[in-house]
Amino acid sequence: MELKFELNGKKIATVVEADSLLLDVLRSLGCASVKRGCESSNCGLCTVFVDDKPVLSCSVLAARVAGRKVTTLEGLQEEAADFGAFIADQGAEQCGFCNPGLMMNAIAMFRENPHPSEEEILSYLSGNLCRCSGYEGQLRGIQSYLAFKDAQKKGEV
Amino acid sequence: MLTIRQYVRAESLEQAYELNQKKANLILGGMHWMKMTTRSVDTAIDLSGLGLDTIVETDHTFEIGCMVTLRQLEQHPALNAWCSHAVADAVKDIVGVQFRNTATVGGSIFGRYGFSDVLTVFLALNARVVCHHAGEIPLEQYAQMPADRDILVKLVVDKRPMQVSYQAMRHARTDFPILTCAVSCVDGVWQASVGARPHKAALVRDQEGLLCGGVDETSAARFGDYVAGQLNFGSNMRGSAAYRSQICGVLVQRAVLAACEVK
Ligand SMILES: Cc1cc2nc3c(=O)[nH]c(=O)nc-3n(C[C@H](O)[C@H](O)[C@H](O)COP(=O)(O)OP(=O)(O)OC[C@H]3O[C@@H](n4cnc5c(N)ncnc54)[C@H](O)[C@@H]3O)c2cc1C
Ligand code: FES
Ligand code: FES
Repeated sequence: MELKFELNGKKIATVVEADSLLLDVLRSLGCASVKRGCESSNCGLCTVFVDDKPVLSCSVLAARVAGRKVTTLEGLQEEAADFGAFIADQGAEQCGFCNPGLMMNAIAMFRENPHPSEEEILSYLSGNLCRCSGYEGQLRGIQSYLAFKDAQKKGEV
Repeated sequence: MLTIRQYVRAESLEQAYELNQKKANLILGGMHWMKMTTRSVDTAIDLSGLGLDTIVETDHTFEIGCMVTLRQLEQHPALNAWCSHAVADAVKDIVGVQFRNTATVGGSIFGRYGFSDVLTVFLALNARVVCHHAGEIPLEQYAQMPADRDILVKLVVDKRPMQVSYQAMRHARTDFPILTCAVSCVDGVWQASVGARPHKAALVRDQEGLLCGGVDETSAARFGDYVAGQLNFGSNMRGSAAYRSQICGVLVQRAVLAACEVK
């Protein structure tokens, strides 16, 4: 079947099967940041935005995004580079496989709640699993990024 | 593995209902649970174009469309203000935000899953289910019915004043619950809905009037023991029947005290 949608700001027309998963279609369109982890809605690795909301692309039929706006990490380069540096600074990750999913969901959180408490961060990101780190470094990275953004707004940096 | 031959975005409920009468066809909710099953589906029926993804507040009710997501439930200010955040408390640990952005009320209730936080809380809220063909059915009755080929269109809850609270126990945040529990008091009658036993949630009413004389630690504990005594529990990898029975009493007691804001 024919599928038309917007991907990272560009209009896309492609052909998919009725049971193609959004994850596979995005990867076939060159979005290698979208990773397949558990493929059972558990790990958060495959997180993308559909109409600006974070969803698990391993559990969304591609057919369902017809006429909608899909964003992957490739479409958020500037925001992601900025934030990613803080995660790297904390040595928060080891293999880095979970990183794109974490970045996507953290960016969704920053947009929804620019001043999250520690509990709110842990709660919002609880669907992003990491096999290597103990989450502490990621939490520190997020908190220092938020502190930096605040200081930037106040003209302190 | 789940395979789908054809995808149809339904244009009316009647069309969706007709298509769903064929055994090989399937209604799509958020697809999370269905995707874990092995099945060859002929036609997957999508209800997303039918405007069933809203929570409508009327003077006396909240009407929750079957395509409303668990995240919408969690974030609905009026619904959560009315039920003292019991609905938000029930869904907040279900996997993660991304999951709850697509998992639906319809799929959660239709599935009548043993572990369901969603079924547990709506039983305690005395919800009713509206099906396209069968019409309105109390959720308590619907929960006991076998899955059929009707479409669950919406859930309805009356906005009656209610004391209510939700409690659950998990080994780790976002894991399936070991036990779920919601208590409510409507018109002076207390009831507890307990799920993940690991059987599906069931309601127990305070037939003995254990809380009629007032709620304190002792009467709440007595009600907890009574509820645990009325229900059957089973064992699985998350906990034994004996363990579940023990924590049932504690969760019910805590929920009653929380509903009355007794610290
Ligand atoms: C990894 C994982 C962890 C989970 N953890 C929890 C948890 O901790 N607590 C909890 O409460 N739940 C949990 N769930 C269940 C989840 O919350 C949903 O209840 C479940 O995924 C079903 O919702 P869905 O929208 O995905 O439905 P689907 O999987 O799309 O559908 C489920 C069934 O319902 C049918 N259906 C869907 N909508 C309708 C309708 N309107 N009318 C008739 N039939 C319909 C479908 O045909 C299918 O048979 C978990 C699920 C997964 C996959
Ligand atoms: S790959 Fe989608 S949640 Fe794990
Ligand atoms: S750094 Fe390896 S999974 Fe997170």
